[in-house]
Amino acid sequence: MNVHILRELRSAVGERGLITSPEELHTYECDGLTNFRVLPQAVVLPDSAQQVQAAVRICHRERIPFVARGAGTGLSGGALPVENGIVISLARMNRILEVDLANARVVAEPGVINLDVTGRVMPQDYFYGPDPSSQSVCTIGGNVAENSGGAHCLKYGFTTTHVLGLEVVLPDASLIHLGGKALDAPGYDLAGVFVGSEGTLGITTKVILRIIKRPQCIRTLLAAFPTTNEAGAAVSGMIAAGMLPAAVEMMDNLAIQAAEAAVHANYPICGGLLLLELDGADAEVETLLEQTNEICRKNGAWEIRIAQSDAERALMWKGRKAAFASMGRLSPNYIVQDGVIPRTAMPEVLREIERLSAEAGLRVANVFHAGDGNLHPLVLYDQRVPGEQKAAELLSYKILELCVEKGGSITGEHGVGEEKKMMMGKMFSEPDLEVMQRVRCAFDPLHLSNPSKVFPRPRLCGDKAGEYTPHPVETAGIAERF
Amino acid sequence: MKAIANSMPGTKTLARGSEEALRTMVGAAHVRPAEASDAVAGVPPQIVVEPGNEQELAAVLQYANEAGLCVAPRGGGTKLSWGNPPARLDLIVSTARLSRIIEHAWADLTVTVEAGCTIQCLQETLAQHGQRLALDVLWPERATVGGALSANDSGALRLRFGGLRDLIIGITLALPDGTLATSGGKVVKNVAGYDLPKLATGALGTLGVITRAIFRLHPLPQNTRTFTISATSAGEMQHFVLKVQDSQLVHSAFQVRFGTDTPPEADILFEGTQAGLAAQETHLKKLAESNRVAKTGPAVWKARDRLWSSANTGAVAKISLLPAGIAKTVEAVERITARQKVHWSAVVQATGLSSLRLDGDAEALHTSLRELRASLERNGGSLVVLHQPAGAAPLEAWGNPGDALPLMSAVKKQFDPKNILNRGRFVGEI
Repeated sequence: MNVHILRELRSAVGERGLITSPEELHTYECDGLTNFRVLPQAVVLPDSAQQVQAAVRICHRERIPFVARGAGTGLSGGALPVENGIVISLARMNRILEVDLANARVVAEPGVINLDVTGRVMPQDYFYGPDPSSQSVCTIGGNVAENSGGAHCLKYGFTTTHVLGLEVVLPDASLIHLGGKALDAPGYDLAGVFVGSEGTLGITTKVILRIIKRPQCIRTLLAAFPTTNEAGAAVSGMIAAGMLPAAVEMMDNLAIQAAEAAVHANYPICGGLLLLELDGADAEVETLLEQTNEICRKNGAWEIRIAQSDAERALMWKGRKAAFASMGRLSPNYIVQDGVIPRTAMPEVLREIERLSAEAGLRVANVFHAGDGNLHPLVLYDQRVPGEQKAAELLSYKILELCVEKGGSITGEHGVGEEKKMMMGKMFSEPDLEVMQRVRCAFDPLHLSNPSKVFPRPRLCGDKAGEYTPHPVETAGIAERF
Repeated sequence: MKAIANSMPGTKTLARGSEEALRTMVGAAHVRPAEASDAVAGVPPQIVVEPGNEQELAAVLQYANEAGLCVAPRGGGTKLSWGNPPARLDLIVSTARLSRIIEHAWADLTVTVEAGCTIQCLQETLAQHGQRLALDVLWPERATVGGALSANDSGALRLRFGGLRDLIIGITLALPDGTLATSGGKVVKNVAGYDLPKLATGALGTLGVITRAIFRLHPLPQNTRTFTISATSAGEMQHFVLKVQDSQLVHSAFQVRFGTDTPPEADILFEGTQAGLAAQETHLKKLAESNRVAKTGPAVWKARDRLWSSANTGAVAKISLLPAGIAKTVEAVERITARQKVHWSAVVQATGLSSLRLDGDAEALHTSLRELRASLERNGGSLVVLHQPAGAAPLEAWGNPGDALPLMSAVKKQFDPKNILNRGRFVGEI
């Protein structure tokens, strides 16, 4: 990168805020999706919105693409650097700016760790709702970009439900405010659009969060079923009975084995395991707990365990939260997928996954958020075996196609990022994608903010599908089509 | 300006040609000259079109766009006057014939419904499987899915279940260039692509016409109980509201009714099992301390609707404030309305979203609304005029849209470059 630009970036973010040495840059070459790697030209670590603006201003003027990064735990390559671009890390902007208990709001900088928000308000019996499995390391800014979920979003909603307002640095370096502490600010719900936009619309520098009062009572139980079919039928039974548990998680035999080997959660070894959580007022939860018990038994559960202490509850969750990482016990390599199906299609989809798995000769472990049909198939493979990685990738894409066929989605919480952008065309038609591009063009007409992610092919603003006409920035020699 | 635009020489000729073109698109029976009752906030359109399906609707928009005709989309027409009067209006595009419930996937707790379906019709269908769209809108018997979404209407249930932005999971929009675009999907959990359902919610039909929506559903409650709690002052009520919100009560709705010279009363709704409800009642009574707690019924939840009865004599506004700012806002309302000799009543939700009704002289209403808006905006809130006082020029409906207005205008330009949809009706003259 041009030394003058580097000098300018250094003066924008300070000596400590600029990384250029190759060995340090390697830390930033990928996120949680490690099979994609790109070395950035430089990494800047601003410590204020003004510094973010200053860095983005240089990028805008020089037409340098940038990628914002939180903790780098994303699983779809959203924070993967782009060629010839820089990374803007928000790690130093990690202050909780305001705790307003009376209004149940917390104002945080993007680098604040998810669990630290709950940590701050726990003494007053409040918590922050979204709980991705990586919540002890992932950041609020990353959660905003990905619209992160977690096990409890079945009842409490996703990041977008809990983000009321944002301060944003747009790709032209202007600083704007979307939404606010009070609901329904006049105008378009651009905060709602920004959340989940995977870093393609700008960089958030301040987030207004809603926090929730901790329920009076939380009960967690494990139910062991012969297969995932019976476990699925039990979930359907609960939904039909009008119940909305706080969380309904399911694991198949392979996933249980891995979790057991890794964290000794003391799970019953079975074909389909349900991890259920009910919360609310004491009397209500106790009644629903009895009802749940009955529904599980009726659907063939041969063992039901109710956590008797916080420690037992924590252990039950530990196995589930470690499910991805524990795959290392079963296989040298694995791909985590993130498909969604209408919950009722689950038995059929699982049968089909089994068939695809046998066909490919690769094992697939299944972990789901069963309440909302979010599947996390884990495709196990060995990189050392020639061709196996390719076969595993292919299998994981086939599973996603299956999800779309059944009326579902290619991603429930991990995002499209780099990994699944070619799958977008399976889910959306060309006009659907073109209309999303219009939003992109309003926020980022020069495509500087995390370009080349989410959408299957780059398109310049002003482009129409169909006959090709050169865009003004092309004729001016500012950008080229490829 | 409006009057001139609508009486320009040649407009009638344009209308006749347009009528013919539209007839070939949607059938002669579904195009008619506008009548006086079709006026939008006092601005008369020329033609009313009722397309029979999404494709026809998109084609009508494309035609209007090419012919330079300005459009107001219309559902049940219950909230058609919300927002600023149109800067120009030629065509009403009605969703009356797009009223099908396409799929109630009850086992998956989702429904796909066309925009012209009334909320009541939708709720009746969902209730057959013990489910509901957890939303209490105004005038459900006439209000449509598309209209409720565009106007972002919500009532007391928002506290527990969120607003329309939280309930909608998929959308199909017809755009002025004839594009029919879908975003979101049929599953609750889905982060593929931008969240256009949220963009269209509350956009007042200025970006596209909603033709269908997919919602997540909730079970109908097994049992419900409503209690009403009285207090002697706004300060005392504020204290009680914050205490309830800081408690572990699990309530589905919580509102406070205020008004000129009447002591405030709060209503709280519990839903659940009988055992659960009994426990909640005990808990509530303990929290209420000296405040009187009375068991009341569902009628109190129509308080917001009642603010609108014979509203043509007064003004109605939606105000947004922070829950801890209730007493302060009420004091401001009392101070301003007393000075202006204006009679007021309000329903304030625990979320901070509130409805305010003012009655009095038109000039006094204007002054009151302006002063109150300034006071709310200083404290991070907002005031949107939904029903304008009669007998005076309308007040700008929305107030200050903040520093994101240029971005909002850029979004509008991308979706509706010729500015044909509800021209001038939204924030900042969008």
